[in-house]
Amino acid sequence: MDHKELELKSIEYRKTILDIIYNGGAGHTSGSLSCIDILNVLYNNVLKINPNNFNSTDRNRYVQSKGHTVEALYTVLCDQNFFSRKDLNSLNKFNSHFIGHPTRKVPGIEHNTGALGHGLSVAVGMAIGFKLDNKPYKVYTLLGDGELSEGSIWESLLSANKYNLDNLVIIIDRNGLQITGKTEEVNPIEPLLDKFQSFGLCVKQVNGNSVSELDQVFKEIPFENNQPNLIIANTIKGKGISFIENQVVWHHKLPSEEEYNKAIEELNIQLENFK
Amino acid sequence: MIQKANLEIFAETLLNLAKKDKQIVVVTSDSRGSGKLTQFGKELPDQIIEVGIAEQNLVGICAGLAAVGKKVFGVSPSSFLTARSLEQIKNDIAYSNHPVTLVGISAGVSYGQLGSTHHSIHDLAVLRTINNISIVVPSDNFETRESIKEAVNFKSPLFIRFGKKPMLKIHNEDDDFKIGKGVKIREGRDVMFVTTGETAQRALLASEILNKKNFSCLIINMHTIKPFDDDLFIDSLSKVKAVITVEEHSENGGLGEKCASIISQSNIKIPFKIVGFPDEYMTNGSQSDVLDHYNMSPEKLAEIAEDILK
Repeated sequence: MDHKELELKSIEYRKTILDIIYNGGAGHTSGSLSCIDILNVLYNNVLKINPNNFNSTDRNRYVQSKGHTVEALYTVLCDQNFFSRKDLNSLNKFNSHFIGHPTRKVPGIEHNTGALGHGLSVAVGMAIGFKLDNKPYKVYTLLGDGELSEGSIWESLLSANKYNLDNLVIIIDRNGLQITGKTEEVNPIEPLLDKFQSFGLCVKQVNGNSVSELDQVFKEIPFENNQPNLIIANTIKGKGISFIENQVVWHHKLPSEEEYNKAIEELNIQLENFK
Repeated sequence: MIQKANLEIFAETLLNLAKKDKQIVVVTSDSRGSGKLTQFGKELPDQIIEVGIAEQNLVGICAGLAAVGKKVFGVSPSSFLTARSLEQIKNDIAYSNHPVTLVGISAGVSYGQLGSTHHSIHDLAVLRTINNISIVVPSDNFETRESIKEAVNFKSPLFIRFGKKPMLKIHNEDDDFKIGKGVKIREGRDVMFVTTGETAQRALLASEILNKKNFSCLIINMHTIKPFDDDLFIDSLSKVKAVITVEEHSENGGLGEKCASIISQSNIKIPFKIVGFPDEYMTNGSQSDVLDHYNMSPEKLAEIAEDILK
Protein backbone atom coordinates (compact mmCIF):
# COMPACT_ATOMS: atom_id res chain seq x y z
CA MET A 1 0.00 0.00 0.00
CA ASP A 2 1.39 3.43 -0.88
CA HIS A 3 1.69 6.15 1.71
CA LYS A 4 -1.40 8.04 0.53
CA GLU A 5 -3.51 4.92 0.94
CA LEU A 6 -2.02 4.30 4.35
CA GLU A 7 -2.75 7.86 5.46
CA LEU A 8 -6.35 7.49 4.36
CA LYS A 9 -6.57 4.19 6.26
CA SER A 10 -5.29 5.88 9.42
CA ILE A 11 -8.10 8.44 9.36
CA GLU A 12 -10.70 5.74 8.75
CA TYR A 13 -9.22 3.57 11.51
CA ARG A 14 -9.40 6.49 13.94
CA LYS A 15 -13.10 6.86 13.14
CA THR A 16 -13.65 3.15 13.81
CA ILE A 17 -11.77 3.36 17.13
CA LEU A 18 -13.96 6.26 18.24
CA ASP A 19 -17.10 4.45 17.06
CA ILE A 20 -16.48 1.16 18.80
CA ILE A 21 -15.37 2.78 22.06
CA TYR A 22 -18.35 5.13 22.06
CA ASN A 23 -20.80 2.32 21.30
CA GLY A 24 -19.06 -0.17 23.57
CA GLY A 25 -19.17 2.20 26.53
CA ALA A 26 -15.46 1.92 27.39
CA GLY A 27 -12.00 1.78 25.89
CA HIS A 28 -8.47 3.08 25.87
CA THR A 29 -9.09 6.00 23.58
CA SER A 30 -5.88 8.01 23.52
CA GLY A 31 -3.48 5.05 23.55
CA SER A 32 -5.30 3.42 20.65
CA LEU A 33 -5.04 6.68 18.72
CA SER A 34 -1.30 6.92 19.42
CA CYS A 35 -0.43 3.42 18.15
CA ILE A 36 -2.88 3.07 15.25
CA ASP A 37 -0.44 4.29 12.60
CA ILE A 38 2.05 1.64 13.69
CA LEU A 39 -0.58 -1.11 13.41
CA ASN A 40 -1.73 0.30 10.10
CA VAL A 41 1.71 0.01 8.52
CA LEU A 42 2.43 -3.36 10.13
CA TYR A 43 -0.75 -5.10 9.00
CA ASN A 44 -1.02 -3.48 5.57
CA ASN A 45 2.62 -3.49 4.48
CA VAL A 46 4.82 -5.61 6.73
CA LEU A 47 3.36 -8.60 8.57
CA LYS A 48 1.67 -10.55 5.76
CA ILE A 49 -0.64 -12.11 8.35
CA ASN A 50 -4.16 -12.74 7.10
CA PRO A 51 -7.10 -15.04 7.81
CA ASN A 52 -5.81 -17.55 5.24
CA ASN A 53 -2.42 -18.14 6.82
CA PHE A 54 -3.22 -17.40 10.46
CA ASN A 55 -3.53 -21.08 11.44
CA SER A 56 -0.16 -21.93 9.95
CA THR A 57 2.94 -21.86 12.13
CA ASP A 58 4.95 -20.66 9.13
CA ARG A 59 4.34 -16.92 9.18
CA ASN A 60 5.35 -13.75 10.98
CA ARG A 61 3.96 -12.98 14.43
CA TYR A 62 2.63 -9.86 16.14
CA VAL A 63 2.24 -9.73 19.93
CA GLN A 64 0.67 -6.62 21.40
CA SER A 65 2.22 -6.33 24.81
CA LYS A 66 0.37 -3.09 25.57
CA GLY A 67 -2.87 -5.02 25.49
CA HIS A 68 -5.08 -2.19 26.69
CA THR A 69 -5.04 -0.44 23.31
CA VAL A 70 -6.84 -3.43 21.86
CA GLU A 71 -9.38 -1.21 20.10
CA ALA A 72 -6.66 -0.22 17.63
CA LEU A 73 -5.81 -3.89 17.07
CA TYR A 74 -9.47 -4.93 16.62
CA THR A 75 -9.92 -2.11 14.14
CA VAL A 76 -7.02 -3.21 11.95
CA LEU A 77 -7.87 -6.92 12.20
CA CYS A 78 -11.44 -6.13 11.15
CA ASP A 79 -10.10 -4.30 8.12
CA GLN A 80 -7.99 -7.37 7.32
CA ASN A 81 -11.22 -9.43 7.28
CA PHE A 82 -10.51 -11.51 10.37
CA PHE A 83 -14.09 -10.75 11.45
CA SER A 84 -16.98 -8.56 10.43
CA ARG A 85 -17.70 -5.03 11.57
CA LYS A 86 -20.97 -6.39 12.97
CA ASP A 87 -18.97 -8.75 15.23
CA LEU A 88 -16.69 -5.91 16.28
CA ASN A 89 -19.69 -3.80 17.24
CA SER A 90 -20.33 -6.29 20.05
CA LEU A 91 -17.30 -4.84 21.90
CA ASN A 92 -17.82 -5.00 25.67
CA LYS A 93 -21.29 -6.57 25.37
CA PHE A 94 -22.28 -9.60 27.45
CA ASN A 95 -20.94 -12.85 25.97
CA SER A 96 -18.90 -11.04 23.31
CA HIS A 97 -15.34 -12.26 22.68
CA PHE A 98 -14.44 -8.64 22.02
CA ILE A 99 -13.29 -7.62 25.48
CA GLY A 100 -11.04 -4.81 26.66
CA HIS A 101 -7.79 -6.74 26.18
CA PRO A 102 -6.55 -9.10 23.48
CA THR A 103 -7.78 -12.66 23.74
CA ARG A 104 -7.20 -15.57 21.40
CA LYS A 105 -10.93 -16.12 21.29
CA VAL A 106 -10.90 -13.30 18.75
CA PRO A 107 -9.67 -14.37 15.29
CA GLY A 108 -6.27 -12.90 14.47
CA ILE A 109 -5.12 -12.41 18.05
CA GLU A 110 -1.83 -14.16 18.73
CA HIS A 111 -1.53 -14.03 22.49
CA ASN A 112 -3.60 -12.95 25.48
CA THR A 113 -2.18 -9.81 27.00
CA GLY A 114 -3.39 -7.14 29.37
CA ALA A 115 -1.16 -7.43 32.40
CA LEU A 116 1.86 -5.41 31.37
CA GLY A 117 5.42 -6.60 30.87
CA HIS A 118 4.42 -9.99 29.42
CA GLY A 119 4.44 -9.69 25.65
CA LEU A 120 8.16 -9.25 25.12
CA SER A 121 9.15 -12.56 26.77
CA VAL A 122 6.57 -14.34 24.64
CA ALA A 123 7.87 -12.62 21.50
CA VAL A 124 11.42 -13.59 22.47
CA GLY A 125 10.28 -17.22 22.83
CA MET A 126 8.71 -17.12 19.36
CA ALA A 127 11.82 -15.56 17.84
CA ILE A 128 14.06 -18.19 19.47
CA GLY A 129 11.72 -20.90 18.16
CA PHE A 130 12.03 -19.59 14.58
CA LYS A 131 15.82 -19.43 14.93
CA LEU A 132 15.99 -23.02 16.23
CA ASP A 133 14.09 -24.20 13.16
CA ASN A 134 15.99 -21.91 10.76
CA LYS A 135 12.72 -20.34 9.71
CA PRO A 136 12.82 -16.87 8.12
CA TYR A 137 9.88 -15.38 10.04
CA LYS A 138 10.00 -12.28 12.19
CA VAL A 139 8.28 -11.45 15.46
CA TYR A 140 6.98 -7.95 16.06
CA THR A 141 5.87 -6.71 19.44
CA LEU A 142 4.43 -3.38 20.55
CA LEU A 143 5.23 -2.10 24.03
CA GLY A 144 3.96 0.95 25.84
CA ASP A 145 6.41 3.38 27.42
CA GLY A 146 4.74 3.21 30.83
CA GLU A 147 5.10 -0.55 30.59
CA LEU A 148 8.88 -0.22 30.58
CA SER A 149 8.85 0.04 34.38
CA GLU A 150 8.05 -3.68 34.52
CA GLY A 151 11.19 -5.62 35.44
CA SER A 152 10.26 -8.56 33.23
CA ILE A 153 10.88 -6.34 30.15
CA TRP A 154 14.52 -6.06 31.06
CA GLU A 155 14.80 -9.80 31.75
CA SER A 156 13.51 -10.41 28.23
CA LEU A 157 15.96 -7.96 26.67
CA LEU A 158 18.86 -9.91 28.16
CA SER A 159 17.63 -13.06 26.41
CA ALA A 160 16.98 -11.21 23.14
CA ASN A 161 20.60 -10.08 23.17
CA LYS A 162 21.97 -13.47 24.22
CA TYR A 163 20.21 -15.27 21.38
CA ASN A 164 21.12 -12.61 18.75
CA LEU A 165 17.47 -12.18 17.80
CA ASP A 166 17.70 -10.09 14.64
CA ASN A 167 14.30 -11.57 13.78
CA LEU A 168 12.75 -9.73 16.74
CA VAL A 169 11.33 -6.24 16.24
CA ILE A 170 10.40 -4.32 19.37
CA ILE A 171 8.38 -1.17 18.87
CA ILE A 172 7.97 1.29 21.74
CA ASP A 173 4.87 3.47 21.53
CA ARG A 174 6.64 6.45 23.09
CA ASN A 175 3.73 8.78 23.71
CA GLY A 176 5.15 10.02 26.99
CA LEU A 177 2.00 9.58 29.04
CA GLN A 178 0.55 6.89 31.29
CA ILE A 179 -2.60 6.72 33.40
CA THR A 180 -1.22 8.91 36.21
CA GLY A 181 0.66 11.48 34.13
CA LYS A 182 3.90 11.95 32.25
CA THR A 183 6.14 8.88 32.21
CA GLU A 184 9.09 11.07 33.17
CA GLU A 185 7.24 12.23 36.28
CA VAL A 186 5.63 8.90 37.27
CA ASN A 187 8.85 6.89 36.95
CA PRO A 188 11.53 8.31 34.64
CA ILE A 189 12.72 5.90 31.94
CA GLU A 190 15.08 8.17 29.96
CA PRO A 191 17.65 8.00 28.51
CA LEU A 192 15.85 5.23 26.66
CA LEU A 193 18.11 5.10 23.63
CA ASP A 194 21.21 4.62 25.78
CA LYS A 195 19.49 2.01 27.93
CA PHE A 196 18.42 -0.10 24.97
CA GLN A 197 21.77 0.26 23.21
CA SER A 198 23.59 -0.82 26.34
CA PHE A 199 21.38 -3.94 26.38
CA GLY A 200 22.79 -4.83 22.95
CA LEU A 201 19.88 -3.75 20.77
CA CYS A 202 20.10 -1.86 17.52
CA VAL A 203 17.84 1.16 18.01
CA LYS A 204 16.20 3.57 15.58
CA GLN A 205 13.85 6.43 16.34
CA VAL A 206 10.99 7.52 14.10
CA ASN A 207 7.90 9.66 14.18
CA GLY A 208 5.47 6.90 15.13
CA ASN A 209 2.52 8.78 13.70
CA SER A 210 4.15 9.08 10.27
CA VAL A 211 3.19 6.15 8.06
CA SER A 212 6.02 6.95 5.64
CA GLU A 213 8.70 6.99 8.35
CA LEU A 214 7.30 3.76 9.81
CA ASP A 215 7.13 2.08 6.42
CA GLN A 216 10.73 3.05 5.72
CA VAL A 217 12.10 1.87 9.09
CA PHE A 218 10.40 -1.53 8.79
CA LYS A 219 12.08 -1.96 5.39
CA GLU A 220 15.49 -1.56 7.06
CA ILE A 221 15.04 -4.65 9.26
CA PRO A 222 17.31 -6.30 10.24
CA PHE A 223 19.12 -3.14 11.21
CA GLU A 224 22.23 -5.22 11.92
CA ASN A 225 22.84 -8.95 11.67
CA ASN A 226 22.60 -10.80 14.98
CA GLN A 227 21.20 -7.83 16.89
CA PRO A 228 17.59 -7.44 18.05
CA ASN A 229 15.81 -4.48 16.42
CA LEU A 230 14.18 -1.79 18.50
CA ILE A 231 12.19 1.15 17.20
CA ILE A 232 11.36 4.05 19.46
CA ALA A 233 8.20 5.33 17.82
CA ASN A 234 7.66 8.86 19.10
CA THR A 235 3.92 9.34 19.09
CA ILE A 236 1.27 11.70 20.38
CA LYS A 237 -1.20 10.13 22.75
CA GLY A 238 -4.66 10.88 21.35
CA LYS A 239 -3.18 11.73 17.93
CA GLY A 240 -5.67 13.06 15.41
CA ILE A 241 -8.29 14.56 17.71
CA SER A 242 -7.35 18.07 18.87
CA PHE A 243 -8.93 17.94 22.31
CA ILE A 244 -7.71 14.41 23.10
CA GLU A 245 -4.08 14.90 22.08
CA ASN A 246 -1.66 14.84 25.03
CA GLN A 247 -4.45 14.91 27.60
CA VAL A 248 -3.76 12.49 30.46
CA VAL A 249 -7.46 12.19 31.29
CA TRP A 250 -8.22 10.41 27.98
CA HIS A 251 -6.26 7.27 28.90
CA HIS A 252 -9.49 5.38 29.60
CA LYS A 253 -12.12 8.08 29.23
CA LEU A 254 -15.33 7.50 27.34
CA PRO A 255 -16.32 10.36 25.02
CA SER A 256 -19.64 12.05 25.75
CA GLU A 257 -22.09 12.32 22.84
CA GLU A 258 -20.89 15.86 22.20
CA GLU A 259 -17.23 14.85 22.36
CA TYR A 260 -17.85 11.89 20.08
CA ASN A 261 -19.61 14.03 17.50
CA LYS A 262 -16.89 16.64 17.64
CA ALA A 263 -14.17 14.01 17.22
CA ILE A 264 -15.91 12.43 14.22
CA GLU A 265 -16.39 15.90 12.73
CA GLU A 266 -12.65 16.57 13.04
CA LEU A 267 -11.87 13.28 11.35
CA ASN A 268 -14.42 13.97 8.58
CA ILE A 269 -12.70 17.31 7.94
CA GLN A 270 -9.35 15.45 7.73
CA LEU A 271 -10.93 13.09 5.20
CA GLU A 272 -12.28 16.03 3.15
CA ASN A 273 -8.92 17.80 3.18
CA PHE A 274 -7.23 14.56 2.22
CA LYS A 275 -9.30 14.20 -0.92
CA MET B 1 12.84 -51.28 47.26
CA ILE B 2 14.57 -47.90 47.09
CA GLN B 3 14.77 -46.50 43.58
CA LYS B 4 16.25 -43.33 42.14
CA ALA B 5 15.09 -39.81 42.85
CA ASN B 6 12.12 -38.79 40.72
CA LEU B 7 14.25 -35.85 39.62
CA GLU B 8 16.76 -38.20 38.03
CA ILE B 9 14.04 -40.19 36.32
CA PHE B 10 12.56 -36.96 34.95
CA ALA B 11 15.91 -35.91 33.48
CA GLU B 12 16.70 -39.34 31.99
CA THR B 13 13.22 -39.69 30.51
CA LEU B 14 13.25 -36.24 28.97
CA LEU B 15 16.70 -36.73 27.46
CA ASN B 16 15.65 -40.01 25.87
CA LEU B 17 12.46 -38.50 24.47
CA ALA B 18 14.22 -35.37 23.22
CA LYS B 19 16.83 -37.40 21.34
CA LYS B 20 14.01 -38.82 19.23
CA ASP B 21 11.89 -35.67 18.99
CA LYS B 22 13.73 -32.51 17.97
CA GLN B 23 10.69 -30.36 18.73
CA ILE B 24 11.22 -30.93 22.45
CA VAL B 25 12.87 -27.89 24.03
CA VAL B 26 13.85 -27.40 27.66
CA VAL B 27 14.00 -23.93 29.20
CA THR B 28 16.01 -23.41 32.38
CA SER B 29 16.69 -20.49 34.72
CA ASP B 30 20.24 -21.31 35.81
CA SER B 31 18.62 -24.56 36.94
CA ARG B 32 20.16 -27.18 34.67
CA GLY B 33 22.36 -28.47 37.49
CA SER B 34 19.56 -28.61 40.05
CA GLY B 35 17.30 -30.09 37.36
CA LYS B 36 19.87 -32.83 36.55
CA LEU B 37 19.89 -31.50 32.99
CA THR B 38 23.62 -31.01 32.60
CA GLN B 39 23.83 -34.14 30.45
CA PHE B 40 20.86 -32.95 28.40
CA GLY B 41 22.71 -29.70 27.74
CA LYS B 42 25.83 -31.58 26.64
CA GLU B 43 24.06 -34.01 24.35
CA LEU B 44 21.37 -31.71 22.96
CA PRO B 45 22.72 -28.15 23.15
CA ASP B 46 20.26 -26.98 20.48
CA GLN B 47 17.29 -28.13 22.53
CA ILE B 48 18.01 -26.27 25.74
CA ILE B 49 17.37 -22.56 26.28
CA GLU B 50 19.02 -20.90 29.27
CA VAL B 51 17.50 -17.62 30.44
CA GLY B 52 19.55 -17.08 33.58
CA ILE B 53 17.95 -16.36 36.93
CA ALA B 54 14.77 -14.88 35.48
CA GLU B 55 11.76 -17.07 36.15
CA GLN B 56 9.17 -14.65 34.79
CA ASN B 57 11.05 -14.48 31.52
CA LEU B 58 11.39 -18.27 31.54
CA VAL B 59 7.63 -18.77 31.59
CA GLY B 60 6.99 -16.13 28.92
CA ILE B 61 9.63 -17.65 26.65
CA CYS B 62 8.07 -21.09 27.16
CA ALA B 63 4.74 -19.67 25.94
CA GLY B 64 6.35 -18.14 22.87
CA LEU B 65 8.20 -21.34 21.98
CA ALA B 66 4.98 -23.34 22.29
CA ALA B 67 3.16 -20.80 20.12
CA VAL B 68 5.52 -21.57 17.23
CA GLY B 69 5.16 -25.33 17.59
CA LYS B 70 7.77 -26.43 20.12
CA LYS B 71 7.08 -29.05 22.81
CA VAL B 72 8.25 -27.08 25.79
CA PHE B 73 9.38 -28.05 29.29
CA GLY B 74 10.11 -25.09 31.59
CA VAL B 75 12.21 -26.36 34.49
CA SER B 76 12.85 -24.36 37.64
CA PRO B 77 12.59 -24.82 41.41
CA SER B 78 8.90 -25.07 42.21
CA SER B 79 9.13 -22.33 44.81
CA PHE B 80 10.29 -19.64 42.36
CA LEU B 81 8.47 -21.00 39.33
CA THR B 82 5.05 -20.84 40.93
CA ALA B 83 5.41 -17.71 43.07
CA ARG B 84 7.75 -15.37 41.17
CA SER B 85 6.15 -16.22 37.82
CA LEU B 86 2.57 -16.79 38.89
CA GLU B 87 1.19 -14.07 36.63
CA GLN B 88 3.09 -15.43 33.65
CA ILE B 89 1.69 -18.91 34.37
CA LYS B 90 -1.81 -17.48 34.66
CA ASN B 91 -1.76 -15.23 31.60
CA ASP B 92 0.89 -16.48 29.20
CA ILE B 93 0.39 -20.23 29.68
CA ALA B 94 -3.03 -21.00 31.16
CA TYR B 95 -5.21 -18.13 29.94
CA SER B 96 -3.48 -18.08 26.54
CA ASN B 97 -3.82 -21.88 26.40
CA HIS B 98 -0.31 -22.75 25.26
CA PRO B 99 0.54 -26.45 25.77
CA VAL B 100 3.61 -25.91 27.95
CA THR B 101 4.76 -28.30 30.67
CA LEU B 102 6.13 -26.48 33.69
CA VAL B 103 8.26 -28.68 35.90
CA GLY B 104 8.63 -27.61 39.53
CA ILE B 105 11.78 -29.28 40.81
CA SER B 106 12.79 -29.64 44.48
CA ALA B 107 9.16 -29.18 45.45
CA GLY B 108 7.61 -29.17 48.90
CA VAL B 109 10.32 -28.98 51.55
CA SER B 110 12.95 -30.74 49.40
CA TYR B 111 15.38 -27.93 50.04
CA GLY B 112 15.27 -28.70 53.76
CA GLN B 113 17.61 -26.46 55.69
CA LEU B 114 17.73 -23.86 52.93
CA GLY B 115 14.52 -22.68 54.48
CA SER B 116 11.16 -21.20 53.60
CA THR B 117 12.34 -19.01 50.70
CA HIS B 118 13.10 -22.24 48.86
CA HIS B 119 10.13 -24.31 50.00
CA SER B 120 7.04 -24.62 47.85
CA ILE B 121 4.20 -25.49 50.13
CA HIS B 122 1.92 -23.05 48.28
CA ASP B 123 2.28 -24.28 44.70
CA LEU B 124 -0.65 -26.70 44.54
CA ALA B 125 -2.99 -24.24 46.23
CA VAL B 126 -2.20 -21.30 43.97
CA LEU B 127 -2.28 -23.32 40.78
CA ARG B 128 -5.54 -24.99 41.79
CA THR B 129 -7.13 -21.54 41.52
CA ILE B 130 -5.79 -20.95 38.00
CA ASN B 131 -8.18 -22.10 35.28
CA ASN B 132 -6.96 -24.31 32.45
CA ILE B 133 -3.86 -25.89 33.94
CA SER B 134 -3.51 -29.52 35.05
CA ILE B 135 -1.44 -30.36 38.12
CA VAL B 136 0.45 -33.64 38.48
CA VAL B 137 2.45 -34.79 41.51
CA PRO B 138 4.00 -38.20 40.76
CA SER B 139 4.79 -40.54 43.64
CA ASP B 140 7.52 -42.86 42.42
CA ASN B 141 9.87 -43.39 39.48
CA PHE B 142 7.16 -45.07 37.42
CA GLU B 143 4.63 -42.27 37.81
CA THR B 144 7.33 -39.68 37.09
CA ARG B 145 8.42 -41.44 33.91
CA GLU B 146 4.87 -41.93 32.70
CA SER B 147 3.82 -38.36 33.44
CA ILE B 148 6.79 -36.94 31.50
CA LYS B 149 6.04 -39.26 28.58
CA GLU B 150 2.40 -38.15 28.55
CA ALA B 151 3.41 -34.49 28.93
CA VAL B 152 5.29 -34.40 25.60
CA ASN B 153 2.08 -34.47 23.57
CA PHE B 154 -0.28 -33.07 26.22
CA LYS B 155 -2.56 -30.60 24.49
CA SER B 156 -3.01 -28.07 27.29
CA PRO B 157 -1.03 -26.39 30.10
CA LEU B 158 0.49 -28.75 32.64
CA PHE B 159 2.41 -28.42 35.89
CA ILE B 160 4.40 -31.34 37.32
CA ARG B 161 6.25 -31.19 40.65
CA PHE B 162 8.47 -33.62 42.55
CA GLY B 163 11.40 -33.82 44.94
CA LYS B 164 15.00 -34.91 44.68
CA LYS B 165 15.40 -37.77 47.16
CA PRO B 166 15.43 -41.50 46.26
CA MET B 167 11.92 -42.95 46.34
CA LEU B 168 10.37 -46.26 47.27
CA LYS B 169 9.12 -48.39 44.41
CA ILE B 170 5.34 -48.32 44.49
CA HIS B 171 4.28 -49.36 41.00
CA ASN B 172 5.16 -52.16 38.63
CA GLU B 173 6.28 -51.12 35.18
CA ASP B 174 3.14 -52.57 33.56
CA ASP B 175 0.72 -50.61 35.78
CA ASP B 176 -1.71 -48.19 34.19
CA PHE B 177 -1.03 -44.49 34.31
CA LYS B 178 -3.03 -41.65 32.91
CA ILE B 179 -3.05 -37.99 33.89
CA GLY B 180 -6.41 -37.32 35.55
CA LYS B 181 -6.86 -40.88 36.87
CA GLY B 182 -5.93 -41.57 40.48
CA VAL B 183 -4.48 -44.93 41.42
CA LYS B 184 -5.25 -47.39 44.17
CA ILE B 185 -1.98 -48.65 45.56
CA ARG B 186 -3.32 -50.77 48.45
CA GLU B 187 -6.70 -52.36 49.11
CA GLY B 188 -8.07 -52.11 52.64
CA ARG B 189 -11.15 -51.79 54.85
CA ASP B 190 -10.39 -49.73 57.95
CA VAL B 191 -8.68 -46.49 57.11
CA MET B 192 -7.93 -44.82 53.79
CA PHE B 193 -4.79 -42.78 53.22
CA VAL B 194 -5.18 -40.33 50.36
CA THR B 195 -1.81 -39.10 49.16
CA THR B 196 -0.38 -37.02 46.40
CA GLY B 197 3.13 -37.57 45.13
CA GLU B 198 5.99 -38.49 47.35
CA THR B 199 3.99 -38.70 50.59
CA ALA B 200 2.59 -41.96 49.18
CA GLN B 201 5.66 -43.80 50.41
CA ARG B 202 5.14 -42.53 53.95
CA ALA B 203 1.53 -43.70 53.90
CA LEU B 204 2.72 -47.05 52.56
CA LEU B 205 5.16 -47.46 55.46
CA ALA B 206 2.43 -46.40 57.89
CA SER B 207 0.13 -49.05 56.45
CA GLU B 208 2.76 -51.72 57.16
CA ILE B 209 2.88 -50.64 60.81
CA LEU B 210 -0.91 -50.72 60.96
CA ASN B 211 -1.13 -54.11 59.25
CA LYS B 212 0.94 -55.60 62.05
CA LYS B 213 -1.70 -54.31 64.45
CA ASN B 214 -4.43 -55.90 62.34
CA PHE B 215 -5.67 -52.71 60.75
CA SER B 216 -6.22 -52.82 57.03
CA CYS B 217 -5.36 -49.70 54.99
CA LEU B 218 -6.62 -48.60 51.64
CA ILE B 219 -4.25 -46.17 49.90
CA ILE B 220 -5.07 -44.08 46.88
CA ASN B 221 -2.52 -41.81 45.28
CA MET B 222 -4.07 -38.81 43.60
CA HIS B 223 -1.11 -37.96 41.40
CA THR B 224 -3.34 -35.60 39.49
CA ILE B 225 -4.53 -32.81 41.76
CA LYS B 226 -6.35 -31.08 38.90
CA PRO B 227 -8.51 -32.30 37.26
CA PHE B 228 -9.23 -34.43 40.33
CA ASP B 229 -10.46 -38.01 40.00
CA ASP B 230 -13.60 -37.49 42.09
CA ASP B 231 -14.99 -40.91 41.14
CA LEU B 232 -12.08 -42.92 42.52
CA PHE B 233 -12.12 -40.90 45.73
CA ILE B 234 -15.88 -41.16 46.29
CA ASP B 235 -15.97 -44.88 45.42
CA SER B 236 -13.14 -45.53 47.86
CA LEU B 237 -14.90 -43.67 50.68
CA SER B 238 -17.60 -46.33 50.85
CA LYS B 239 -15.02 -49.03 51.56
CA VAL B 240 -13.45 -47.58 54.72
CA LYS B 241 -14.32 -46.21 58.16
CA ALA B 242 -12.06 -43.15 58.16
CA VAL B 243 -9.95 -41.00 55.85
CA ILE B 244 -6.55 -39.34 56.27
CA THR B 245 -5.04 -37.12 53.59
CA VAL B 246 -1.26 -36.67 53.50
CA GLU B 247 0.52 -33.99 51.49
CA GLU B 248 3.88 -32.25 51.42
CA HIS B 249 2.08 -28.94 51.16
CA SER B 250 0.21 -26.40 53.26
CA GLU B 251 -2.99 -27.66 54.84
CA ASN B 252 -4.58 -24.68 53.09
CA GLY B 253 -5.82 -25.21 49.57
CA GLY B 254 -4.19 -28.53 48.73
CA LEU B 255 -5.17 -32.18 48.53
CA GLY B 256 -6.85 -32.30 51.95
CA GLU B 257 -9.13 -29.36 51.38
CA LYS B 258 -10.02 -30.70 47.93
CA CYS B 259 -11.10 -33.99 49.54
CA ALA B 260 -12.95 -32.15 52.31
CA SER B 261 -14.83 -30.19 49.70
CA ILE B 262 -15.93 -33.36 47.90
CA ILE B 263 -17.00 -35.06 51.13
CA SER B 264 -18.98 -32.09 52.37
CA GLN B 265 -20.73 -31.59 49.04
CA SER B 266 -21.55 -35.30 48.66
CA ASN B 267 -23.46 -35.59 51.93
CA ILE B 268 -21.07 -38.22 53.18
CA LYS B 269 -20.32 -38.52 56.89
CA ILE B 270 -16.95 -40.03 57.69
CA PRO B 271 -14.14 -39.28 60.17
CA PHE B 272 -11.62 -37.18 58.27
CA LYS B 273 -8.18 -35.73 58.97
CA ILE B 274 -5.88 -33.50 56.90
CA VAL B 275 -2.13 -33.94 57.44
CA GLY B 276 -0.01 -31.21 55.89
CA PHE B 277 1.89 -28.14 57.00
CA PRO B 278 -0.09 -25.96 59.42
CA ASP B 279 -0.35 -22.19 59.04
CA GLU B 280 2.51 -21.26 61.34
CA TYR B 281 6.04 -19.87 61.32
CA MET B 282 7.56 -23.20 60.34
CA THR B 283 10.47 -25.03 61.92
CA ASN B 284 13.77 -25.73 60.16
CA GLY B 285 15.52 -28.97 59.31
CA SER B 286 16.11 -31.53 56.62
CA GLN B 287 13.19 -32.52 54.41
CA SER B 288 12.77 -35.67 56.45
CA ASP B 289 13.00 -33.80 59.78
CA VAL B 290 10.38 -31.31 58.69
CA LEU B 291 7.99 -33.96 57.37
CA ASP B 292 8.42 -35.98 60.58
CA HIS B 293 7.87 -32.90 62.75
CA TYR B 294 4.58 -32.15 61.00
CA ASN B 295 3.10 -35.62 61.62
CA MET B 296 4.21 -37.23 58.37
CA SER B 297 6.51 -39.93 59.82
CA PRO B 298 5.10 -43.42 59.18
CA GLU B 299 4.84 -43.94 62.95
CA LYS B 300 2.91 -40.74 63.51
CA LEU B 301 0.61 -41.41 60.55
CA ALA B 302 -0.13 -44.86 61.99
CA GLU B 303 -0.86 -43.28 65.37
CA ILE B 304 -3.24 -40.76 63.76
CA ALA B 305 -4.99 -43.65 62.01
CA GLU B 306 -5.44 -45.56 65.25
CA ASP B 307 -6.82 -42.45 66.96
CA ILE B 308 -9.29 -41.68 64.20
CA LEU B 309 -10.54 -45.29 64.19
CA LYS B 310 -11.27 -45.27 67.93
